[in-house]
Amino acid sequence: MGSASPPKGQRQPSKARHTGEPQQWCLGGALLLGLAMIAGFILLLLWNGLGAFFPKRVEVLELADGTRLAGEIFRKERIKVQDSGLEQGKEPSGVRLLVRTGNFDLYNEDFKWVPEGKIEKRGLPPDIWFVERLEWGPFVGFVEKLTLNGRELKGEEVSPEFLRNAQEEGARRRERMRGLERKGLSRVNQEMEKERLLLKRAARIYGEGTQEYARQKRRYEWLMETLSARYKELEGELERLRAEDSRTTISLITVDGKRKTLRLSEVVRMYRPNELDLLARLKVYGSRWWEFLTQEPREANTEGGIMPAIFGTFVMTVIMSLLVAPFGVVAALFLREYARQGFLVSAIRIAVNNLAGVPSIVYGVFGLGFFAYTIGGRIDSLFYSERLPNPTFGTGGLLWSSLTLALLTVPVVIVATEEALAAVPSSMREGSLACGASKWQTVRYIVIPRAMPGILTGLILAMARGAGEVAPLMLVGVVKMAPELPVDETFPYIHLERSFMHLAFHIFDLGFQSRNSEAAKPMVFASTLVLVGLVAVMNMVAVIIRNKLRKKFAEGHF
Amino acid sequence: MRGQAQQVEGKGALGRDTGGAMGEKVEEFHTVYHPKPGPGGAIIKIESFSLWYGATQALFDVNMEVERGLVTALIGPSGCGKSTLLRSLNRMNDLIEEVRISGQIYLDGEAIYGSKVDVIGLRKRMGMVFQKPNPFPMSIADNVLYPLKVDGVRDRAVLEETLERALRAAALWEEVKDRLKENALKLSGGQQQRLCIARAIAGDPDVLLMDEPCSALDPLATGKIEELIYELKGRYTIIIVTHNMQQAARVSDNTAFMYLGRLVEYGETARIFTNPIVPWTMDYVTGRFG
Repeated sequence: MGSASPPKGQRQPSKARHTGEPQQWCLGGALLLGLAMIAGFILLLLWNGLGAFFPKRVEVLELADGTRLAGEIFRKERIKVQDSGLEQGKEPSGVRLLVRTGNFDLYNEDFKWVPEGKIEKRGLPPDIWFVERLEWGPFVGFVEKLTLNGRELKGEEVSPEFLRNAQEEGARRRERMRGLERKGLSRVNQEMEKERLLLKRAARIYGEGTQEYARQKRRYEWLMETLSARYKELEGELERLRAEDSRTTISLITVDGKRKTLRLSEVVRMYRPNELDLLARLKVYGSRWWEFLTQEPREANTEGGIMPAIFGTFVMTVIMSLLVAPFGVVAALFLREYARQGFLVSAIRIAVNNLAGVPSIVYGVFGLGFFAYTIGGRIDSLFYSERLPNPTFGTGGLLWSSLTLALLTVPVVIVATEEALAAVPSSMREGSLACGASKWQTVRYIVIPRAMPGILTGLILAMARGAGEVAPLMLVGVVKMAPELPVDETFPYIHLERSFMHLAFHIFDLGFQSRNSEAAKPMVFASTLVLVGLVAVMNMVAVIIRNKLRKKFAEGHF
Repeated sequence: MRGQAQQVEGKGALGRDTGGAMGEKVEEFHTVYHPKPGPGGAIIKIESFSLWYGATQALFDVNMEVERGLVTALIGPSGCGKSTLLRSLNRMNDLIEEVRISGQIYLDGEAIYGSKVDVIGLRKRMGMVFQKPNPFPMSIADNVLYPLKVDGVRDRAVLEETLERALRAAALWEEVKDRLKENALKLSGGQQQRLCIARAIAGDPDVLLMDEPCSALDPLATGKIEELIYELKGRYTIIIVTHNMQQAARVSDNTAFMYLGRLVEYGETARIFTNPIVPWTMDYVTGRFG
């Protein structure tokens, strides 16, 4: 825009007409709206997700009717007067508090609404404990006594440090017992199952009464004897540990005088919330996050960690990417490089684009019917017939889930790859062909490497879509609680037939299927945060790879 | 500019200036030949070669013999079919759908059009350099050795020897010998084009096809490429398409003037540029049209 005045005779354009500013405002506003929604969503996630595990203070409330209760104040809510009719009492302030009282085993509820007007006294006793347990959720109350091998400790003898040490010891005992169950007993069980299947297979192949069968049977009986002995031995060991463990108990008492005695090893974590300074709070916060990320879920998934779900999501997404990349790239290569462009190819292209619009639950049904029942059933009858009627591949599992999602995301990869291939300059192809390269060599050495950043973009989109998908997975292999991880140290290490846990399904399950949706809410937000974070991390890796490749292909300057 | 305008107006008519009514008398049109014979005779024979892009005819009954070991320049206004003719020699036109041809081209007496012809083998005998430098997005060494890679040559000694020979032949060795592993896209435009020439001769072809190799380069780089063409003369048969009349005059032995898909005059460069036989050639080289 020059500042010189326009020459005579030329009409000076009016400002409003030539800048087109209303349109600009509309466009900018639309963008701003979109950004605001995204930012709001992410902030909501961060606020609720990161705040979920921060230890709150425990207040003791005395109500007008004489009841005493203690708990974390979860939130305040203003209620309309009409609604308060349900409570039957008069509520002058119209404000009620949601108190997380814990002690589900004693009260039959975790949360309690308390009208603020009925509260007579509020207090923050320093010696109140917040005890996280393996079962029944948290306990809120005081420590009455500790029993160590029959020796009772009370009052001053039970100092917080002493209690912490005893509790850590209990946690070690718990780990040992769990290890014995997991690594010892279940391993022996697996061995026995394997031998039983081998015998069954021998019966099927050779027929009963043959020499081979007899030999297998002798082997089976001999091994069974050894394994049973081993099982008994381990069981005895476990029994001994349990007995030892049960001698260390802790007795707790609530603010209204109800008592509860439990083994100390059942305590996951205990702290005095009203005594903690910021550092100690952060320590509790950190240890809760650590538990959340590395432990298995407890209590119908509403407590404990989500490690199996993180792992399941990760493994499934990786396998899906490994499946979808070659599928999509090969299809796009054929469509773009080899097929004669014409009506048929256009029709296929439109069909592929439309596939992206098919509801994902339809893919789930297809995956279950085709992959699991048809292909999986055939695999079972061919290779795993000794296990029938228990299905091996004939039901939902990691492989079928990955394949279903690969199918679901393949249009994205095909479209992106086709575009990337089309963007490879024809001068590159001509240069290669003029060097005497065959078509395939040209594609292999020149076109694919050059199109790789674009292909990776497609893969990133596919990964993000696949990692967040729930509906089809519910049908083809995701479960609420998987007993084993799909990858472990027993041969063949990756168990593609196993069902697995998935973060997105976990979120759905927590939010809508759990016993107490209020208690699960923080977990829902934290799980969502982890899922979004996981997808972000996986995308980031792909983006870094892509940018490295892009740098390589950057045009030089003349 | 006028040449182009005429082309749009009346396909097949050579224009008012020459007074001829080419369109009506195509049968009576005859190419004028006076090429300088090379020491080794003809390497490429083009016989009644015509080419159509779909319904549009781009080449009309071209007959021409390219002399072995000499530099032959193809000149003519835009759209006259010189690039098409060049690309017909190593069958690069096969890549375009709906191309039809008639006639035949022989390389060393062997027909290159036919269902049994080994196109890949043919292209290996003809290195090609394009209008815009098109190095591959890989290292300098990998670029030069690409023809060997597709041939499956793995012998390190052969690769190293070829690399140096090709880069020296393309006058690039001194500039890049210390950074052979560097990405070729980091080179300047002129260097990239010389790299492409090195790549074209790495496979040890008989013929070098150059499609306006200097049109994207500055005068300095152009000068270097021209020197290079002069150096390579004799070792390779070079066919160069150019818009630059001075360039054609400087580097070539024989020059073919094409117009509207026809070969008008094919002869010794000196004669074409000073005293051509056909009046249209005269008009073109003196800049009266085109």
